[in-house]
Amino acid sequence: MNTLTKRWLPHTVALVCLLLLLYPLGWLAATSLKPATEVATSLKLWPSHFEWSNYTTALDGVSGVPVGRLLGNSLLIAGGAVLGNVLSCSLAAYAFARLRFRMRKPMFGFMVATLMLPHHVVLIPQYIIFNRLGLVDTYWPLILPKFLATEAFFVFLVVQFMRGLPRELEESARIDGCGAFRTYWAITLPLSRPALITTAIFTFIWTWNDFFTQMIYLFAPEKFTITLALRSFVDQSSTSAYGPMFAMSVISVLPIVLFFAVFQRYLVQGMATSGLKG
Amino acid sequence: MSVLTTRPPDRTAGPPAPRKGRARRRREQQWPAYVFLSPWMIGAVALTLVPMAVSLYLSFTDYNLFDPPHWVGLRNYTEMLTEDPRYWRSVGTTLLYVVVAVPLKLGLALGVAMLLRNLGRGRAFYRSAFYAPSLLGASMSIALVWRALFNDGGTVARVLDAVGIHTGGWVGNPDYAVFAVVLLTVWQFGAPMVIFLAGLQQISPDLYEAAALDGAGRWRQFLSVTVPMLSPVVFFNLVLETIQSFQVFTPAFAISGGDGGPADSTLFYTLYLYERGFTASHMGYAAAMAWMLLLAIGAVTLILFRTSRSWVFYADEEDR
Repeated sequence: MNTLTKRWLPHTVALVCLLLLLYPLGWLAATSLKPATEVATSLKLWPSHFEWSNYTTALDGVSGVPVGRLLGNSLLIAGGAVLGNVLSCSLAAYAFARLRFRMRKPMFGFMVATLMLPHHVVLIPQYIIFNRLGLVDTYWPLILPKFLATEAFFVFLVVQFMRGLPRELEESARIDGCGAFRTYWAITLPLSRPALITTAIFTFIWTWNDFFTQMIYLFAPEKFTITLALRSFVDQSSTSAYGPMFAMSVISVLPIVLFFAVFQRYLVQGMATSGLKG
Repeated sequence: MSVLTTRPPDRTAGPPAPRKGRARRRREQQWPAYVFLSPWMIGAVALTLVPMAVSLYLSFTDYNLFDPPHWVGLRNYTEMLTEDPRYWRSVGTTLLYVVVAVPLKLGLALGVAMLLRNLGRGRAFYRSAFYAPSLLGASMSIALVWRALFNDGGTVARVLDAVGIHTGGWVGNPDYAVFAVVLLTVWQFGAPMVIFLAGLQQISPDLYEAAALDGAGRWRQFLSVTVPMLSPVVFFNLVLETIQSFQVFTPAFAISGGDGGPADSTLFYTLYLYERGFTASHMGYAAAMAWMLLLAIGAVTLILFRTSRSWVFYADEEDR
């Protein structure tokens, strides 16, 4: 092998893999712009003409609820979840990483153990609780648990990060008379920004993509998230409405794509160091 | 207990008064911690511990959410294990999926990570691009794309036809439908790949140089340096992917149209659990299924940890 092929071969292999990998995304974008007659008949990705009306149909939404409303609902839930997770997980993590208290070991052990607990074990009783409280078909079951640090993964992530921070700053703040809250708020929290950003981005994307919990708790079409609406769109329409359906699909993944484009450095770094999954 | 009561009074501890003061000071130091932890503690008790106990109780009852639970003992468990072929179908489908998808995904992730490691320029770009499907793949949108690609007349069937392999649409075929879900998971190999890549970068180049000096070829270097040095990362990815795979839901729901079809071939465990609990209102049965899932995941994780002693190599082992 001469040096030229040696240098270019890995790049070629990587590019071919990448094209294959990104094909479904290209297919999604292309199909969202295809006229109905072309969807089923042509293998070509490029539409013969751009059928923008797919998007205007999609914008009308599902069951009379416009896409703007659906996106707003998704945004509300994801935003609430981000706020809740960042706040409650950083509070708990600070206690586990920095404060001494008698129950620290057993509580931390329990927290780590819940990392492995399948959600399904607590799913039905949680549903019963929210049902008794009259909160089914509201957003509370989707947002409230995040304010109670129920996602052990993020508590663990922030604990690991805080443990890596130098103690000197916090100690000198203590000596200067800062209490635990001041120290947490003014010193530790700003220093933990990378871990908190990772938590925020992943919480947003996971909540946005979530389907199971939303399906269980939400019934009224006007409360639907974009994910739920997409699914009922499928139930309503046959394959002839492929174009509008995939236009709506594009709209629903757009926020994730934007998040990814803006934060990809944080995302990939956060994953590599903490083992977070996509 | 007996040690405490029979121990003679500690003479070195000094007079009792300062001890009391120290105890109070320790309490004073402790309360902020519990304030910080209070949201987590409320969540742990109200949304985890109590629900776990309730779910265990419900698993021994017949419960439809409206009437009070009716104690049936082990009935749910015996019905599940001995009288419900759909239960075993869902176990089989899920196991098949885990056993096929996890090794394929991790193999691909490691392969591409090795490839990217050797790329100087553009590595950051490739890393991000390969990672993108891991974020998008969990969405309903991509699950729908998958259904269209693997449907009758979809791209996959046509491309395979063109090379002389006639499979028809995978989504409607009980023999193939589950593999459409497998491929959707494998497609998201970017997440473990990024972790592999980080692990590969931790391996000191000195080790490869030393191996090369000893006359080790590329394959030998891979087996004797890369594999042992990377084994903790392989183990980490293996445990994580396995636990996650047992709980797959959205793609199965979307590709099967929500009912695990055709012919229950995509009736994944969680899909059946959802159907029993929320569609058929057999909450007790679903709770029993959830506990079997917990047991299965616990058992598999335990086995992985036990066997890991023989193949996971920690570089600092001698120091321990």
